Amino acid sequence: MVKTTENKHQFDILKHELVPHHEILSDEEKKQLIEKYNLTPDQLPKILDSDPVSVSIGAKPGQIVKIIRKSHTAKEAVAYRLVVESN
Amino acid sequence: MNRFRNVTKKIGSLEFAVLSPTEIRKMSATKVITADTYDDDGFPITMGLMDPRLSVIEPGLRCKTCGLKVGKDKCPGHFGHIDLAMPVIHVGFVKTIRNCLRATCRNCGRLLLTDKQIEEFSKMMEKHRSEGRDLSYILKNILNECKKVEKCPRCGREVGKIDLDKPTTFRENGKKLTPSEIREWLEKIPDEDLPFLDINRKAARPEWMVLTVLPVPPVTVRPSVTLESGERSEDDLTHKLVDVIRINQRLQENRDAGAPQLIVEDLWELLQYHVTTYLDNQTSGIPPARHRSGRPLKTLAQRLKGKEGRFRSNLSGKRVNFSARTVISPDPNLSINEIGVPIEIARELTVPVRVTPHNIEWCKKLVRQTAEVSSQEDTEEYKPCVNYVKRIRDGMEQRIKVTEKNAEEVAERLEVGSIIERQLMDGDIALFNRQPSLHRMSMMAHRVRVVPYKTFRFNLAVCPPYNADYDGDEMNLHLLQGEEAKAEAEILMKVQENILSPRFGGIIIGGIHDRISGCFLLTYKNKKFSKDDAAYILSCIGYKGKFPETHTENGKEYVYGRDIFSVLLPKDLSIEYKAKACFNCEKCTAPDCPHNAYVIIKKGRLIQGIIDENSIGAFKGKIIDRIIREHGTDAGREFIDNVTKLSIAVVTRYGFTTSIDDEDIPEEAKKQIEEGLKKAEKKINDLILAYENNELESLPGRSLEETLEMEIMRVTGRTRDMAGEIASRHLGLDNSAVIMAKSGARGSMLNLSQMSGCVGQQAVRGERIHRGYQHRTLPHFKKGDLGASAKGFVASSYKSGLTPTEYFFHSMGGREGLVDTAVRTSRSGYMQRRLVNALEDVKVENDGTVRHVGGEIIQFIYGEDGIDPARSINGEAVDIDRIIAEVKEMR
Repeated sequence: MVKTTENKHQFDILKHELVPHHEILSDEEKKQLIEKYNLTPDQLPKILDSDPVSVSIGAKPGQIVKIIRKSHTAKEAVAYRLVVESN
Repeated sequence: MNRFRNVTKKIGSLEFAVLSPTEIRKMSATKVITADTYDDDGFPITMGLMDPRLSVIEPGLRCKTCGLKVGKDKCPGHFGHIDLAMPVIHVGFVKTIRNCLRATCRNCGRLLLTDKQIEEFSKMMEKHRSEGRDLSYILKNILNECKKVEKCPRCGREVGKIDLDKPTTFRENGKKLTPSEIREWLEKIPDEDLPFLDINRKAARPEWMVLTVLPVPPVTVRPSVTLESGERSEDDLTHKLVDVIRINQRLQENRDAGAPQLIVEDLWELLQYHVTTYLDNQTSGIPPARHRSGRPLKTLAQRLKGKEGRFRSNLSGKRVNFSARTVISPDPNLSINEIGVPIEIARELTVPVRVTPHNIEWCKKLVRQTAEVSSQEDTEEYKPCVNYVKRIRDGMEQRIKVTEKNAEEVAERLEVGSIIERQLMDGDIALFNRQPSLHRMSMMAHRVRVVPYKTFRFNLAVCPPYNADYDGDEMNLHLLQGEEAKAEAEILMKVQENILSPRFGGIIIGGIHDRISGCFLLTYKNKKFSKDDAAYILSCIGYKGKFPETHTENGKEYVYGRDIFSVLLPKDLSIEYKAKACFNCEKCTAPDCPHNAYVIIKKGRLIQGIIDENSIGAFKGKIIDRIIREHGTDAGREFIDNVTKLSIAVVTRYGFTTSIDDEDIPEEAKKQIEEGLKKAEKKINDLILAYENNELESLPGRSLEETLEMEIMRVTGRTRDMAGEIASRHLGLDNSAVIMAKSGARGSMLNLSQMSGCVGQQAVRGERIHRGYQHRTLPHFKKGDLGASAKGFVASSYKSGLTPTEYFFHSMGGREGLVDTAVRTSRSGYMQRRLVNALEDVKVENDGTVRHVGGEIIQFIYGEDGIDPARSINGEAVDIDRIIAEVKEMR
């Protein structure tokens, strides 16, 4: 994970308990994911590259972000989002 | 490779355009100039509204334009046109026209922006467009920029302020603009400025939004009907068009004759009114055009809009064949899977059967039966016949109606490969439905049983999923016509497959009312039954196994009710739980409950406990729940059917009735309640006194008045509980009403205490009743009276009767309840509609993902845990308690 928050005094949102764990998939993982669900990247849910979390972890358009969040029904739920360009 | 790409075709774009006057004239079959429709001989007038060139409606006649008939050839209909003497504004476009006028110069017609601004905006739009994003934000910005301009940057003309007087009058600086002036202005706007006004230059020119020629829809769109009396009745659209033509003619004549400006303007406005209402008769700001009878006309917009409009009524909704509707009534002798269909309906509805070498004799028999049936008495056995025989002859499909006369002949000539349309028979599968269809259990598959009389009949246990009762409800039946449909319905939609509801992961079908009372009577207080009675009851469920254990007492043989009930239980069922009759004692002595309210079933034997709503009731029955999960739906269906028969046998054998004396309580109890009421009244009066003397201490965050109200509400609440408590102390389990309340069959102890003890405080909006006259609720009280009875406390019981004032307050409270339910249903109905429309295309794919039609992923695993809610245990994936209990038992 690359931290790109410029201002050192700024609060690191990734540490907030309501922000789920985000990580950028490697190319290999990305290929596997696409294979597994038999889809094109644009069929994935999206996340803006200007999203505070995207900025924090340095996600660039075209990459896929893996999100592990807490779930009521299944303790942990994994979701993937495609990073898209804002504007 | 990608399965979604192969299946779905994406619509790239839709383009809406405006008809140009030239186009309207080009597609017009005739100019319409006469306001009349038919002449005295009943022939359509040429160049009238019913001109045969606009297609025809009478079958057999030929269209003068294309020469096709209406029926088989399908003449598509042809438009005509009316040349308007003066232009009028199209109501549907007023907003766009207003934007055009505000953003352009009246003199030069150019956009009110400098070249630099235009370049900037066009760059922005280009970028947005290339990314496929919405342009509406930029377009709004352009308009706002234009509004700020005071002088045209090109010709220097002062920009006037454009106002829109709803619905169709425009003013520049307060001066009226005529439609002609507006049209001239719009004509000046150059093509290259149009994209900035959100107009596609290929699809429309702004001046086309001001009508100079009006298309007349084909006759087929507005057919006239001939009434029984021979009178012709025209369609609403035709009426409206007559108005338009008439005014148009007068306007033309007056203008050509050089009539005063005032008269011409009046007629012009009238023409505008008629054209406006022709397009939309619900435009705000103008009175709707009415029929002679006073009914508002249904014009173009009304045909499309809303629930009864073309879209929701005709395109998203379709009518079907092979369906029936009638009143419903109960029949406990039918299985939950069955439905009783009246003979009359069974004779009308058919199922197609293909004739094969294997069934040809049977098919012939059915066809022959047609001859016998008409003479059949209602009491005789129902014999299905054949209504139609379909066969292919020389590549043509023939459909022969089977009648009494030709039955024999048709049967003889029946051949393999034909299809007979057979009447309904026992065992056919059909879908049964009650509106409102709020969840999937509102439409379930049943097996048909043909029965006499005129109502649909089904088992009472199936009432809860349909939310049906028998006070006159009607329900619909749909017959399945194909083998695949039948198989699918059988596997997925049968009632027994829907006992477990996906709504909350529990059962939704189970015993109600009398069956709960019956089981209660069978099992409470370790009830014993004589051997004869036990035998009778068991015979009612057709029990063929070993007779339950008998006990001898005083030389007579007895059977325990719980042993009779155990007969229905699977042999490996073990379960423990609290019955509905549980008193919620402060200290629960679980396994040995003094009230016998702790149910223990071991190895299919009811050891102790009362069987009531928590065992077999709809929504709650634990036994049914367990049987379904462990032994499948067939066992579940059988159990429900047998419980029905068993408890009804008990209830009919021993009798079960409730009457007004069930609410009798002894004198002393009445006195006690009265004393309690007096005490409460004193307490309330004390509170009021304290409040008036400013001695009342306010609760945190409340005003003094609110505190008083809360305190009084608390006292009245407690008073009612007290009365109920005293009353129920004297109402024991020998009382039918109490049995019903305690077992969960019907009613509650609150209902009973209101009947025999005290009705209690009436409330409107959660507060004591305070509305009415000045400073008092009713003229029977002093002004400013804050006492109990002046603010809606009903001290009487329903049985003793209410005083007039109490009755009034009670009605107020009751009315609020009615209004609330009415409001709730309409609001939640609309909410549901929006939700369903948003979710209808989402489905769970085979790989467990939830996707939209285009294959876009909504959830990676359904519900994030992949659990089918219908198979969940009250929403949970695993029933931990049960697993623990099972492990314990094994040890």
